[in-house]
Amino acid sequence: MKIVIKNKSDLPIYEQIEEQIKAQILEGKVAEDEQLPSIRQLARDLKISVITTTRVYTDLAEEGFIISVAGKGYFVAPRNNELLRERMLCEMEDGLEKAVTNGRNAGLSDEDIIAALKKFLEE
Amino acid sequence: MENILEIKGLNKAYEGFALKDVTFSMPRGYIMGFVGQNGSGKTTTIRAILDMAKTDSGKISVFGMDSVTDTIAIKERLGVVFDSLYLANHLNVKQVEKQLRPFYKDWSSDEFFRRIKEFDLPDNRKIGDFSKGMKMKLMVAAALSHNAELIILDEPTSGLDPVARDELLDILAEYIEDENRGVLFSTHITADVERIADYVTILHNGRVWFTGTKDDLCESYAVIKGAEEDIPPALKEKCIDFHAYRNGFDALIETAYLDKAPKSLETEKASIDEILVYIAKEDKHERRSENDTV
Repeated sequence: MKIVIKNKSDLPIYEQIEEQIKAQILEGKVAEDEQLPSIRQLARDLKISVITTTRVYTDLAEEGFIISVAGKGYFVAPRNNELLRERMLCEMEDGLEKAVTNGRNAGLSDEDIIAALKKFLEE
Repeated sequence: MENILEIKGLNKAYEGFALKDVTFSMPRGYIMGFVGQNGSGKTTTIRAILDMAKTDSGKISVFGMDSVTDTIAIKERLGVVFDSLYLANHLNVKQVEKQLRPFYKDWSSDEFFRRIKEFDLPDNRKIGDFSKGMKMKLMVAAALSHNAELIILDEPTSGLDPVARDELLDILAEYIEDENRGVLFSTHITADVERIADYVTILHNGRVWFTGTKDDLCESYAVIKGAEEDIPPALKEKCIDFHAYRNGFDALIETAYLDKAPKSLETEKASIDEILVYIAKEDKHERRSENDTV
């Protein structure tokens, strides 16, 4: 897993890490069931606060990206996980909504927008 | 969660300076940055923790033990790193080891020399000839060689080059991987704290100005900027060091008040450095206006 922290970013460190881990899970770059470094290992590796890495894992677990196994640590959630699927659907709907708004703002008809979507589906 | 360090109502008056009701605590397993201007009382507080300075009132407990009556038992499990070397300059590393060994039940010569090697310190040169960074590493090696549960560092990074500072942060990050340990780290170089510290305590004029998690601190304060005519008087009153100049103003403000801020004002998150600067300047201005009225 790759994590890069930008000190000059406007995003707080915990959000930067969450975004990167989520992206890698969604893109399938980290395998399901793969074990993540422990909270304290991650803090040490990145030289950041333990509270920050704790928050990252708590947030990711709540959103269903990772699961906590008592006594063992954190693992990437299985892909068929309901929460994760829900989350992906949400992201898709957000994206579609944005696409429709942008399309209408550009003066496209509904047919044009559907045609554009179809093109992406064929890719 | 058990507190590894607890300070309650610490008072201590010197001529021209006083610690006033200093109260804060630190849970096990975390790094606390202890920040404030020079002269804000950081070193005096640390000396009180180590029972090196008598206090007027208050109670300090370390590992749940009293800092005065149990000071010997506490020091057995405590490592300290100061900004200058507390060891005799004419000794070399091997002689230092011989001198320190009898003080600690849990002293490990192997661990000490392993660290010395890891830190690239020569064991046959007089430590008086060591650079500032080497002296700091020697103290860190000593602090890490008797299984200390709490390490207290007083301005360890002042006068260190960026590489040595980074190395120290590495060592602390490794140390704290064990969740039973703790680090109290005083510094005025807040960049060191900004990233690695879990908790922050800010001392200002001998008082605790803030104590809590670093995330709380950074989320509670923002820098607000804009044109002076755009800020409502009620909001202006809440500003910490409102500084007006020809084309606008800037100030520090608690984020809780920001929902009352008009959109025409810019806000951005405040760094620990900025927070320190604003509270120090506010103080000067207050003093100036007090003088004006006299």
